[in-house]
Amino acid sequence: MNRRRSTLILLVLACALLLAVTLAGGLLADGAASADFTRKNLPPCFAFPFGTDWMGRDMLKRTLAGLSLSIRIGALTAALSGAVALALGAASAAFGGWVDALISWIIDLVMGIPHILLIILISIACGRGLWGVTAGVALSHWTSLARLVRGEVLQLCRTPYFRMAQRLGVSRKRLFCSHLLPHLLPQLLIGLMLQFPHAILHEASVTFLGFGLSSERPAIGNILEESMAYLAAGRWWLALLPGLSLVGVVMIFALAGERLRLLLAPASAQE
Amino acid sequence: MKHRLQFTAKKLVRMALLLLGVSLTAFLLMDASPLDPLQTNIGQAALGSMSPEQIARLEDYWGVNAPAAERYLGWLGDALRGDFGVSLLYRRPVPEVIGQRLSNSFWLLLTAWVLSGGLGLGLGLLAGAFRGRGPDKMIRGCCLVVSSTPAFWLALLLLMVFSVWLKVLPVGLSVPAGAAADSVTLAQRLRHALLPGLTLSVAGAAGIALHTREKVVDVLDSDYVLFARARGEGHILRRHVLRNVALPAITLQFASISEIIGGSVLVEKVFSYPGLGQAAVSAGLGGDMPLLMGITVATAFLVFGGNLAADLLYGIVDPRIRRGAAAG
Repeated sequence: MNRRRSTLILLVLACALLLAVTLAGGLLADGAASADFTRKNLPPCFAFPFGTDWMGRDMLKRTLAGLSLSIRIGALTAALSGAVALALGAASAAFGGWVDALISWIIDLVMGIPHILLIILISIACGRGLWGVTAGVALSHWTSLARLVRGEVLQLCRTPYFRMAQRLGVSRKRLFCSHLLPHLLPQLLIGLMLQFPHAILHEASVTFLGFGLSSERPAIGNILEESMAYLAAGRWWLALLPGLSLVGVVMIFALAGERLRLLLAPASAQE
Repeated sequence: MKHRLQFTAKKLVRMALLLLGVSLTAFLLMDASPLDPLQTNIGQAALGSMSPEQIARLEDYWGVNAPAAERYLGWLGDALRGDFGVSLLYRRPVPEVIGQRLSNSFWLLLTAWVLSGGLGLGLGLLAGAFRGRGPDKMIRGCCLVVSSTPAFWLALLLLMVFSVWLKVLPVGLSVPAGAAADSVTLAQRLRHALLPGLTLSVAGAAGIALHTREKVVDVLDSDYVLFARARGEGHILRRHVLRNVALPAITLQFASISEIIGGSVLVEKVFSYPGLGQAAVSAGLGGDMPLLMGITVATAFLVFGGNLAADLLYGIVDPRIRRGAAAG
């Protein structure tokens, strides 16, 4: 099997998983919250593969609901930060001068504050909760992609075909939409794919710290935060299995993004 | 020499401006927060039972009423004179709180920083040198797994294995619980810092190793290595690869300061390690504006300082940059 085909399979698998988990999480949201004290603290067994917690909630359902929430937030934040990166990166390259200097300065500024701390600050500004964590992750992950877009646009602006179009008096909007965007899109898409796992991890981390989703929501961060209280009691399944499934999801997307990058980059496509 | 000084001065000015920007951003973000510091810290029930005068005094204490611009300029003026305010939660001057917390975290952060850099560089070189073969596949696989793992979950896992299951290491804190401060030995401190340090190092090393590997592969694919091989040169790794990987390695090493500090916030929470990260979390949750501002500015200072050090090191390591700076 060549790499092109295995990448395709991996991508299809990732998309299918994304859909399945999102759907399952959406459907199971009610089941995930239902408590049943007759079956509390069960270790993993056939009926409850992930065990149950101290309120008798099915951990498998909670984990799926949490993953679905994570994937949705991850997709939303990746899209948002991609849009910010495209807008600022392109503006920085196209206008040059003080606009470029200002945007570069903002990028340095955002990169100067550790991600977690910045997300905490933005989340506080939005009053925590779902929007806090979404805004926080979206507004802290665009910097490297914006730099990439800026470099790319600068390079494209020097190409003969672009200069020709400019001389022919093509409008700025048309220049951007039909001459720049088609070249930027693959880069941007790969950037988004690679950003997606980071977004999910940061969402879980910030929720774990208590600045993200409110504690009654079945987010992975919350599930792991709650599990900390039961670690010493030996209830390993509360932390191990939800965390492991998060790692699995993140890894599939990281792998798919990495493969896609290699495939679309002309220099390494034939390796 | 003059150019080096000019270069450094320029960088320092930029750094000062960035720090100013960081403090303003942090202030604006905290000011925009709809969370009422009184309700978060005192609670609705307690507020309800207080007289208006008491509430007014508390509002004064948490700085609810003064206009934003006035408060920021006041903070900035004081900060420039070295007064970063008093932490509202700990009721002690902010630099004192940060200093004490940082002295707890310092060795943890430093060891994690050095270990993750060294480990990452070593593994990256190894993987790059064995590209496509067994060791490369193994290292890449491990790095992918680790970089897909949230640092706090890795910490939880280590805690489960070593503290709960094997019972060989303590569950948390930086010193044994209940021990007097001066009776704590260095060995005890080390034992408590072992797991957090390990988590941070491993989590940081994965990214560095993957990036280093890419660079090593680039260098090995270059024409000069091909030429060196054609001439039958030995020691290609030491003569060519190591030298050309030095610059990106410095960049990665100093860029990882921010990652290490970010990771320490999470890891310190898992291990209840009373360091800077934990203070940041409680300041954020409790709406302790002066302390969170102080911590943000202090960490940004460390990050920018790291960038500056990397810029200066480039010149020392790479003669081309040194001469380029002297000529230009």
